[in-house]
Amino acid sequence: MVQARLSWRLLLTVPDPDPVHNYLITLTTYKKRFTRESQTVEICPRMESSRFYFFLFALAIFASPALSDLLLSKVDRRVYLTSHIVRISSTLKVENAGPETVSEVLLAFPEQQAKNMAYLMATPHEGKGKVKNPVVALPVEVVNPKDMPPALTFFSVSLPKGLAEGGSFTFDVLAVFTHALRPIPEQITQADIQLVLFQDSAYYLSPYAVKAQSLTVKLPDSRIESYTKLESTKIHGSEIKYGPYENLPAFSYSPIAVHFESNQPFAVAQELVREIEISHWGNVQVTEHYKLVHGGAQSKGEFSRLDFQARPNVRGASAFRYLVANLPPRAHSVYYRDEIGNISTSHLRGDSKKTELLIEPRYPMFGGWRTAFTIGYGLPLQDFLYESEGKRFLNITYSSPMVELVIDTLIVKVVLPEGSSDISVAAPFHIEQWQETKISHLDIDGRPVIVLKKTNVVPEHNQYFQVYYRFNKLSMLREPLMLISGFFFFFVACIVYMHADISISKSSASYLAKQQWEEVQAVIQQVQNIVSRCLAIHDKLEASLRDLYRTGDIQACKAARKAADGVLKELSKELKPLLTTLQSSPSAAQILPKVEELVAKERELQEKVMVKHSTVVDGYEKKSGARDIENRVALQQQKLTALRQEVDDLLEFIDEI
Amino acid sequence: MAAVANMPVSDLLKSFKLKTKQQELLIRVSILCLVYILAFITRLFSVLRYESMIHEFDPYFNYRTTLYLTQNGFYDFWNWFDYESWYPLGRIVGGTLYPGLMVTAALIYRILHFLRFAVHIREVCVLTAPFFASNTTLVAYFFGKEIWDTGAGLVAAILIAVCPGYISRSVAGSYDNEGVAIFALLFTFYLFVKAVNTGSLAWSLASAFGYFYMVSAWGGYVFIINLIPLYVLVLLITGRYSMRLYVAYNCMYVLGMLLAMQIRFVGFQHVQSGEHMAAMGVFFLMQVFYFLDWVKHMLSDTKLFQAFLRITVTCAVTVGTIALGLGMLSGYISPWTGRFYSLLDPTYAKDHIPIIASVSEHQPTAWSSFMFDFHILLFLFPAGLYFCFKRLSDATIFIVMYGLTSMYFAGVMVRLILVATPAVCLISAIAVSATVKNLTVLLRSKNKGVQTGSTKGSGSSKASSKALLDQSQPFQKNGAIALLFGAFYLLSKYATHCTWVTSEAYSSPSIVLAARGAHGSRVIFDDYREAYFWLRQNTPPDAKVMSWWDYGYQITAMGNRTVIVDNNTWNNTHIATVGRAMSSYEDEAIEIMRSLDVDYVLVVFGGVTGYSSDDINKFLWMVRIGGGVFPVIKEPDYLVNGEYRVDKGAAPKMLNCLMYKLCYYRFGEMLTEYGKPPGYDRARGVEIGNKDIKLEHLEEAFTTSNWIVRIYKVKPPNNRW
Repeated sequence: MVQARLSWRLLLTVPDPDPVHNYLITLTTYKKRFTRESQTVEICPRMESSRFYFFLFALAIFASPALSDLLLSKVDRRVYLTSHIVRISSTLKVENAGPETVSEVLLAFPEQQAKNMAYLMATPHEGKGKVKNPVVALPVEVVNPKDMPPALTFFSVSLPKGLAEGGSFTFDVLAVFTHALRPIPEQITQADIQLVLFQDSAYYLSPYAVKAQSLTVKLPDSRIESYTKLESTKIHGSEIKYGPYENLPAFSYSPIAVHFESNQPFAVAQELVREIEISHWGNVQVTEHYKLVHGGAQSKGEFSRLDFQARPNVRGASAFRYLVANLPPRAHSVYYRDEIGNISTSHLRGDSKKTELLIEPRYPMFGGWRTAFTIGYGLPLQDFLYESEGKRFLNITYSSPMVELVIDTLIVKVVLPEGSSDISVAAPFHIEQWQETKISHLDIDGRPVIVLKKTNVVPEHNQYFQVYYRFNKLSMLREPLMLISGFFFFFVACIVYMHADISISKSSASYLAKQQWEEVQAVIQQVQNIVSRCLAIHDKLEASLRDLYRTGDIQACKAARKAADGVLKELSKELKPLLTTLQSSPSAAQILPKVEELVAKERELQEKVMVKHSTVVDGYEKKSGARDIENRVALQQQKLTALRQEVDDLLEFIDEI
Repeated sequence: MAAVANMPVSDLLKSFKLKTKQQELLIRVSILCLVYILAFITRLFSVLRYESMIHEFDPYFNYRTTLYLTQNGFYDFWNWFDYESWYPLGRIVGGTLYPGLMVTAALIYRILHFLRFAVHIREVCVLTAPFFASNTTLVAYFFGKEIWDTGAGLVAAILIAVCPGYISRSVAGSYDNEGVAIFALLFTFYLFVKAVNTGSLAWSLASAFGYFYMVSAWGGYVFIINLIPLYVLVLLITGRYSMRLYVAYNCMYVLGMLLAMQIRFVGFQHVQSGEHMAAMGVFFLMQVFYFLDWVKHMLSDTKLFQAFLRITVTCAVTVGTIALGLGMLSGYISPWTGRFYSLLDPTYAKDHIPIIASVSEHQPTAWSSFMFDFHILLFLFPAGLYFCFKRLSDATIFIVMYGLTSMYFAGVMVRLILVATPAVCLISAIAVSATVKNLTVLLRSKNKGVQTGSTKGSGSSKASSKALLDQSQPFQKNGAIALLFGAFYLLSKYATHCTWVTSEAYSSPSIVLAARGAHGSRVIFDDYREAYFWLRQNTPPDAKVMSWWDYGYQITAMGNRTVIVDNNTWNNTHIATVGRAMSSYEDEAIEIMRSLDVDYVLVVFGGVTGYSSDDINKFLWMVRIGGGVFPVIKEPDYLVNGEYRVDKGAAPKMLNCLMYKLCYYRFGEMLTEYGKPPGYDRARGVEIGNKDIKLEHLEEAFTTSNWIVRIYKVKPPNNRW
């Protein structure tokens, strides 16, 4: 029954193109030649070219005499299918049965899996209950051992120390796969749930014989459409257990398939460009440009907003509405926008440990729908930039802060400040890298940019990497200095423009008139100056009179008058040539009478002041009473104020011209 | 005003040892700087409240073209054939737009990049309009100074900086031609008046270039090319002909015309189109006038001259009429366009060109919008006119004519309030400045009078006459103070009104709608961008989208998809075809849509949110425009007793036409308001008449979260077996 349903579903699918096909052929040829034990199953003719996993057959290709005499005494595998990133975590206990010391263990993966493999890490196994020491990963590298089936990809794990005869070592292997869940059916409507298929082997595929093994498949929930039943298969809620199997030879293979419901967000970033820009003024600005697609089953038919709004968990179960990003603590000025503007549906929560950003795309993401957006945030510089041995280095995580996101192509650009030199990168895994320049605000020759590119990235890649560079502190002042000098030159240019004579024809009538007028203005200004100085002297005389009232020091007062007299005479001398120039200049004709009036009034004022002064002083000398002097001066005083008023008015009038 | 502001500061300034003149200059410059900044920041409400984004409809096209210009360079822009609009016709963009705005923005962008400011072109576009508004205030100052005095110039600068009539089209993000065109318009006028006042060739050359910039920026240049000849004609008639005028007009007209021909969209219209003939006629008239003047100068005999005058004038008029008649008959001179007619005769468009009449900004202006946009300027305007007539000069005659004609046009078409605004501001500024100046002079002289009166015991004859004046008008001082306070009260009211209008009415981007939620919180409806971005991401790149023309520019700019019709309403038939498809039954419409290769249909629907400017409310225009070309569509079919309705009582054709179906598809199942039946349309306040809508050839592809935009996919034809 299960079989029938499966094949019915598979009939809908289009046969895959070549790689699998090749794989199948090579494998079957091996089978023909080397089969030791074969379990034949009925072959569905349509399947032959595409889905070999569905056939129950065990594959034991090699006796592998060439290999070292290792054997795996215990293998525990756990497959986590709880998100769209498939994680297979295995604990291997390896034993050396041969005489030679072995220091390398081979791990085998079928090509299909190896193609999707994003991450592989081996760590020494820590017993339960122990305090976790910082785990040191064992070195893993791709190898091509001889006499092995080419359809398998091999990785070699170097053990911390050689394994002598009879010795054993336990280690964990974490393999992470992307695009390993295949949606079947490939197209669903809004109301359908999303079913995906996972394929693997029930037996651990290994070039070594395995003594005891078991497999656990962990599913997101207990709704399972179908799964391959072998002997000793158990199901517990959302877990399927295969095994234990004992004493299986090398290259045992028994395909299993699990077809189950998964409504986890299938968020795949087809391209992510992260730009990390360092400013030594205290900020690390991160800008991330996402091109996102829902990588699950394609949606078909109509999208009804009404249904989606009424029952979003039923009509739209396969869609995802939001993404969560865990930003570093103290991230600030977070923004979320796309090509056409800000997207208002986002929430930011922060505490001292992390900043959580929840973003909703503009529309719910159904299968196959795309979106593109940019998030950006600033980080405090001191959290990420350090100094060692005269070099600075940036220490920041490589990948996206998004939770459970698969990134097909990740490009990280680290923009260093202008003037950085001697740049090097230290990364925990292999990254393609090159250098560019970017011209940003106030740059002259651009900032050096380190570009780091990696394909098939999973959250496990979110590790710290370092960019080392040298940077002179004085270069920091470059940009402010540029701004300052820019303004400086602007003002200098303004001053030059105001003072320079840039008229073309120096002989034209209007130009000459203008120049004459300017001269006249200058002269008038001088006249005004002199007049106001005279007025100041009058004020001084008045002040000396006041002193006289107070102290009765007649001599000082007389001296003051003498001095004032001298200065006033000099001033009137100075005034004469100015007045003659004004009289000679034709363009001053309008203003001349006023100026002359001003000068005349001022002279009158001067005389009156002198008269007043001498009257008062005389009065004092004659010791007449204060009241008497007051009476005598009163009339003069009135005239003085009137005159002063007129002079002031005239000054103002001339000023306004 | 400056003088009053002067008082408290003057002590401070005296400590800097500045002379009154320098003080005044300093105050003037600082006021101008402040006004310049004020004009800029008062337009930033939308950026602060929403974001730095392009507003409305046309600006999106301008933004898209600017983007193209900066990316591909000027020549590509000039030769750009746009396949993405007016499918399948396309549009020769380079030859059918006014490039001034885009070139300006691209130039600013280049300059900023040259100065090493790595700004995004969008920011430049968003801030172009406020920047030019700031420049306009400077021009207004100089213009005011030219026609009246510096005080009037300052007041004009302040008034225009915050006048809502101008702000409506120049807030940040309103990246439209008018943003730079009002600056260009006022600048051209200023330069021309300056040229007339000085008779200087340099100024009239500058005004020709100003005119060139205006032509490159906006179709409203026709106003300049008709107003200036009219002004010249008035000066000729009133006997104010002078050599200055001759130099100014001839230089400006000839050079301006030649320069304007460089703009491809304008081409040879200056010599071929009826709208530009007035300028040419006045040009020839000027020559005749000059010639007559010369002859008069040569002939001493007045009788002989009278005879000569008669003959010459008759000849000139006959030759002119014959030339015009021949030109019209042979088709060399094109007749006036519909738009021009509709300006002169407000009822013309309503009867003849529904596409012009359908645009909301082309409606006749209501009194309320005058009040809204001008506030106290509406009362100050006549007062200013009085002052202008009191002190007639060439310059004031110009501003009076500009004010009166533009006010008429503002009454005809609501968007032309924009053109009237500078004139209204300038004339009102004259009124304010003259009044305040008179009042302060009165106050100052009186103060002095009182002072001298108290100090002088007997007093001279002058003082006694002043005292006499004081006695004759005992409340003069108080009256002046009261009037001054009144003026300041009105002006401050104006300022608050302007700020309020700017913040409440004119700073909404209209792409993003904001409403108050139940708890007073702000709710944002970002449905337009949701839909456009969905189109951009989830439809094939060559998909053709059919929608009413309003959304064309936005779909191409934000959705990056081909549209059938857009806001450049150059092809009435094409628009009518879309209107016809929207107002037909589905099986008729599908034929039209297939013939246009339509893949998606986009409608705007406000029934859920109560958004009233949606397609159902615009539908009658689709029927009218469609019916104007295709008589199959008859407006009465959609009306019941001359009433337009969507509920049960609606006309059957209405209930089953494509637009109705697309808007209300599955709406009948939806509860929009508590206590109302399902399918209650909140925009129109009725329960819809057809709740069981089945679509045969279309399927719902996307509906935004508030249902404002609904997109339908045209299904491929069914297999025949």
